[in-house]
Amino acid sequence: MALRRLYAAAAVAATIGFAASPAQAVTEIQWWHAMTGANNDVIVKLANDFNASQGDYKVVPTYKGNYADTMNAGIAAFRAGNAPHIMQVFEVGTATMMAATGAVKPVYKLMAEAGEKFDPKAYLPAITGYYSTSKGEMLSFPFNSSSTVMWINLDALKKANIAAPPKTWPEVFEDAKKLKAAGYTTCGFSNSWVTWVNLEQLSAWHNVPLSTKANGLDGFDTVLEFNGPLQVKHLENLVELQKDKTYDYAGRTNTGEGRFTSGECPIYLTSSAFFGNVKAQAKFNFTAVPMPYYPDVKGAPQNSIIGGASLWVMGGKTPEEYKGIAKFLTFLSDTDRQVYIHKSSGYLPITKAAYEKAKAEGFYKDQPYLETPLLELTNKEPTENSRGLRLGNMVQLRDVWSEEIEQALAGKKTAKQALDAAVERGNQMLRQFEKTAVK
Amino acid sequence: MQKNAIFQSKLLPYALVAPQLAIVLIFFYWPAAQAVFQSFLQQDAFGLSTTFVWFENYRDLLSQPDYFATILRTFGFSFAIAVSSLSFALLLAVMADKPLRGGTLYRTLLIWPYAVAPPVVGVLWIFMLHPSLGVLSRYLRALGVDWNPLLDGDQAALLIIVAAAWKQISYNFLFFLAGLQGIPKSVIEAAAIDGARPMRRFWTVIFPLLSPTIFFLLVVNIVYAFFDTFGIIDTMTRGGPGKSTETLVYKVYTDGLLGGNLGGSAAQSVILMVIVIMLTAIQFRFVERKVTY
Repeated sequence: MALRRLYAAAAVAATIGFAASPAQAVTEIQWWHAMTGANNDVIVKLANDFNASQGDYKVVPTYKGNYADTMNAGIAAFRAGNAPHIMQVFEVGTATMMAATGAVKPVYKLMAEAGEKFDPKAYLPAITGYYSTSKGEMLSFPFNSSSTVMWINLDALKKANIAAPPKTWPEVFEDAKKLKAAGYTTCGFSNSWVTWVNLEQLSAWHNVPLSTKANGLDGFDTVLEFNGPLQVKHLENLVELQKDKTYDYAGRTNTGEGRFTSGECPIYLTSSAFFGNVKAQAKFNFTAVPMPYYPDVKGAPQNSIIGGASLWVMGGKTPEEYKGIAKFLTFLSDTDRQVYIHKSSGYLPITKAAYEKAKAEGFYKDQPYLETPLLELTNKEPTENSRGLRLGNMVQLRDVWSEEIEQALAGKKTAKQALDAAVERGNQMLRQFEKTAVK
Repeated sequence: MQKNAIFQSKLLPYALVAPQLAIVLIFFYWPAAQAVFQSFLQQDAFGLSTTFVWFENYRDLLSQPDYFATILRTFGFSFAIAVSSLSFALLLAVMADKPLRGGTLYRTLLIWPYAVAPPVVGVLWIFMLHPSLGVLSRYLRALGVDWNPLLDGDQAALLIIVAAAWKQISYNFLFFLAGLQGIPKSVIEAAAIDGARPMRRFWTVIFPLLSPTIFFLLVVNIVYAFFDTFGIIDTMTRGGPGKSTETLVYKVYTDGLLGGNLGGSAAQSVILMVIVIMLTAIQFRFVERKVTY
């Protein structure tokens, strides 16, 4: 009995030893991400494919909760001295990550030091601009990007005798009234991510600044200035239409998106990445068209800005590990792989070559709405006001702006008062961030 | 007979309380001390740059009118949650204390909600009362109520109070029931023989005898309303609309974790700690006098 146990133990030890010995030579690269469902499968497949393609490095993806959770987990891990190698951070966390010199390794430096071929011009500027310094140095690697589009319930338009989806805001308001009269009494149109759509994208789309210093891209001493006539007028319109539910507020995040797929709100502005859910749940004909604009604003529409997330490489790792990370980023930039990510996740391709290839393959022929966000992003050469934004404490800034917009929609403040307060409170937070940011 | 235990060794009593002391020191005093220290610092989220600023975080905080509004709101919430859940629980307990058929089943069912975690409570209530998802919202709208807690701050506040109070009713019920069963039947019968009607018996005999339980539950409920409602608020309203459901604890979370302002958030925690210590002290000092043990 005892002898048998000894044999068993020896066998187990031998197996473990055997299995472990080749693994020791492999450098592990921890990748923390926030993707769920089908997009999580894409991440796992990317890691597996990379691991199978070579034998020196092993990428280990770990799901860490939603975007904010993942970022907080990464920050906490960094403070405890065991940060992951790669961390997926949503676009609004960019300023926080960027301010953390020493905690992160800029991608352009990483690629140069590892000797990987890397041409920043191969990437779509509307996407990389968001994650680059004003000199064009790429700080983080864009992974999943999307933009705001206007989702349209085509069956509803038909019911209300509307020939084509609206192009401008006044047309949206008119059509929403018609839709309301045609039976959509609780919601003519609505949107998710209230500040992203109605302040951030609205400003970029009309080439109006959200804040000074190129929306913060050129320095942390940026000052908010989105209480201008355009934004005030837009909010006034929403407040007016909220009264009879021609517009109906659907919350700060994307929890209200079900109102589109259920057929309650026939016009709905939100991320292009909403596609997966629309496709799975909507029992009507749908499309996605570019965001509406105010035709009286000169030069509108400009170009839209992105949402989504990028991959940040954390600091304090060994050169060998950095080499593996650089190889992995090159692997991700491969044209075929980008086309695969684009098609399977609904997020945008990040290289020009991948976009061209998807186009050449006729991917947008039967689903033209999948090209809508790309057309918006590349509509015009980005300006100071439409390259992107980089504001510290952005997560909380959005909450503060939402609070003020909610006050206006509830009739407790005028649109002007609400935006003035949002700017003032936001500026206080930006100064707080500036004080603690590493110089 | 000797009443006091005398230890032979001088060290033994210390050794015996040491584990308990260690737990209190490690899990309470150490983090609390860290919070106090952190509240004097200004630090970026990653902890890369740290400046010692003395009381600047407190000054910043106390110069915001919003902060005082949040303090007032938290007190309002706590009061509303404690009063509503205590009174409902007492009513239910008095009913359940009567000899009933199937009384055990009834009591067990009333205790169940306590096993539900606060975020789950939030989600449950959202499914009932979310303006577009909620089942009950449709009926409310059909009745002509313009139910929209996404924009109407008072409705959102009501929603939080109802959900938070609902969750706490079971806990209170359990203690009230135990308290009621601990009241000697002879006292109540004596009052009945003296001609006191049920209402009078309740207010003059049962209620005073129940006062230790009520006092204990009051303290527990206020602490609950201050801290444990976080999960409910986070899942239901995230502090909105506007700031109408932001409590002190929720603000600590948003400023510290979402905003990355750890110093300011630590200062808030310290203030919160002082408030709760004061509240509990006041309760013991003044309310306890009225309690008949």
